[in-house]
Amino acid sequence: MSVSRTDELHGAAGQSRSFSFGEHVRRRPETITFLLLVAICVIVAVVNPAFLQPSTLIDIGRASVVMGLFALGVFIILAAGGIDVSFTAIAAFTMYSMTVLVQSYLPNLPIVVVILMATLGGAALGIINGLLVHHLKVPSLIVTIGTQYLFRGFLLSFIGTVWIMSLPPQMGAFGRMPLVQFESANGALITLPFYFLVLPIAAFGTWWILNRTLMGRAIFAVGGNADIASRLGYSLRTVHVFLFGYAGALAGLAGIIHVCANRQANPFDLVGTEINVIAAVVLGGARITGGTGTVLGTLLGVLLIVVLNSVLVMVGIPSTWQRLVVGSFILLAAAFFVTRQRKK
Amino acid sequence: MQKTGGQLAMLVVINSLLLVAGALISGGTFLSVFNLQSMASQVPEIGLLAIGVMLAMCAGNGGIDLSGIALANLSGVLSAVIVSSFLSATESGAAFSLAFIAGALLVGFAGGVINGLLISRLNITPILCTLGTQMAFMGLAVVVSSGKAVTVGSPALLSSIGNDMIAAVPISFFVFVLVAGVVAALLKFTPYGLWLMLMGTNPKAAVYAGFPKNGVIIATYAISGTLSALVGVIIAARNVNVKFDYGSSYLLIAILIAVMAGVKPEGGYGRVICVVLSAIALQLMSSLLNFSGLSNFVRDFAWGLLLLTFLAVGRYDIAGFLSPGRRSQTPSVPVPQAPK
Repeated sequence: MSVSRTDELHGAAGQSRSFSFGEHVRRRPETITFLLLVAICVIVAVVNPAFLQPSTLIDIGRASVVMGLFALGVFIILAAGGIDVSFTAIAAFTMYSMTVLVQSYLPNLPIVVVILMATLGGAALGIINGLLVHHLKVPSLIVTIGTQYLFRGFLLSFIGTVWIMSLPPQMGAFGRMPLVQFESANGALITLPFYFLVLPIAAFGTWWILNRTLMGRAIFAVGGNADIASRLGYSLRTVHVFLFGYAGALAGLAGIIHVCANRQANPFDLVGTEINVIAAVVLGGARITGGTGTVLGTLLGVLLIVVLNSVLVMVGIPSTWQRLVVGSFILLAAAFFVTRQRKK
Repeated sequence: MQKTGGQLAMLVVINSLLLVAGALISGGTFLSVFNLQSMASQVPEIGLLAIGVMLAMCAGNGGIDLSGIALANLSGVLSAVIVSSFLSATESGAAFSLAFIAGALLVGFAGGVINGLLISRLNITPILCTLGTQMAFMGLAVVVSSGKAVTVGSPALLSSIGNDMIAAVPISFFVFVLVAGVVAALLKFTPYGLWLMLMGTNPKAAVYAGFPKNGVIIATYAISGTLSALVGVIIAARNVNVKFDYGSSYLLIAILIAVMAGVKPEGGYGRVICVVLSAIALQLMSSLLNFSGLSNFVRDFAWGLLLLTFLAVGRYDIAGFLSPGRRSQTPSVPVPQAPK
């Protein structure tokens, strides 16, 4: 898939690297993520064979849907050299207001329309982000910290703080709809829910945008060097609005799936998990300075974080260590990728 | 640099306006000695964090310190756990306090140096590095405290820092002003200050001019870390407990204060006096919102709006925008509206 364009050029310039593995890793940093993931899985499986049960694997798959959708959005922004920390607030905002809307005013709205509206609502909030980032000309981190508080504060002060436990029936039904269902050895029914499909579809869509459209080209170009990209004729404004709108749409989608999957809408939910998602994307090999990264790497990074979060307890590490472990992983990965990048 | 005076004057005006508005709304109680004292004892925590953020921003090259409040909590928690293992807060109050303060400052300094080393030696982007260390620091605080609040108690010396007054001014406020003065002097009169600002203005030129780039970065984050530790000490002094997740909204507030003070996020410019004034202004606003009986969530909303507004003020020269002659040159300001 797409390694950074500049990297490809450097590669084509043809230094004859003798050590081909190193070269491969430099061009495809997600290889390391993959190896790390495999290593962790092997270690955990050896320590605690319960890890390989289908139910655990399906749980991991289920848990990675919402985070994966977030991560795709963060990745596409990161690829263009920005960063977003407001997506959880966007997700919380759209999921809660949609649930309230459906419950109190439009009880018969079909689920497809609900999902579509949540996605569009997320996109609208994302576009606000994009316009602000473009016009204020300050680092997008600072802008999105501001909008995170803005969206969340608006949600909690004007829309509601009540935890909705009983969802509208069509949303609950969507969360339960099975894709694959089978019985495990001990007779428990194991379900891979239908909404799992959303992740591969979104991943493919993101891949297609980044690798097969002019917009994808523009995104990597802006991530490589915004000034040069704008002189080449890419409209920075369009790119910014598209990026943040797309990430917002994914966040809105993730939010509504989160609600359906958990069968409750908690307005205090989600916000606070941003760092995990950013960590996943960075572990997947995307550089925080932009211009690089792949969809596959991002998904591997998400799996790595989800697996890390869920297996620590399995191998006997107390859950209080989780933050420390993930934080150290971010620093290690960052240090590793930076050193690789400098060696070229 | 001609806008230097403008920002300062604007902050002074904002502060005075807020005081007047508070007095009018509350019918005088806003200006009562008690209320002023309680506000003054709340400023140091966020003010010191904001100075740390300012220093990191001044270093340029995307510099920012997101680990501030996490490091503050870590230094409080770690120092409390270590010191209370060999000293009792109730029996030997003064010794406990001194050991606690020393321990916290050491932890904060070390944390800051780690940030600085990671950023300067390994070339990790400051955003990513401090995101990672923020998580790691918080994680470490969770690990050493098992996720529970650690009791510091109120040993003599420490609790007087948090609660006592000298000449009707809280001691913690004195500490804040003193430290701010030291940092300001450091920036103004030492080569470090000059290096920091010039490096923020043009990192490449700074390297070619032979500035000790790594040294400046490490020093910057070390100072920021030490300031965080001081915040940890003040938190412990004002509250009986220290906990890993104290002040979760301080991260935004510290950045908000720095931006409001006219610190340039791209580096190279920032004044400590402006940060102090803007921290005071923010505290006044926060108390005002309290007086009008609004919920915390409205305050979060207001902070977000305020941050974006001040970013817009910094981006579009507001004085020029208000005078009709230059209006045509400025694109319409996207005043951040509440999303609907």
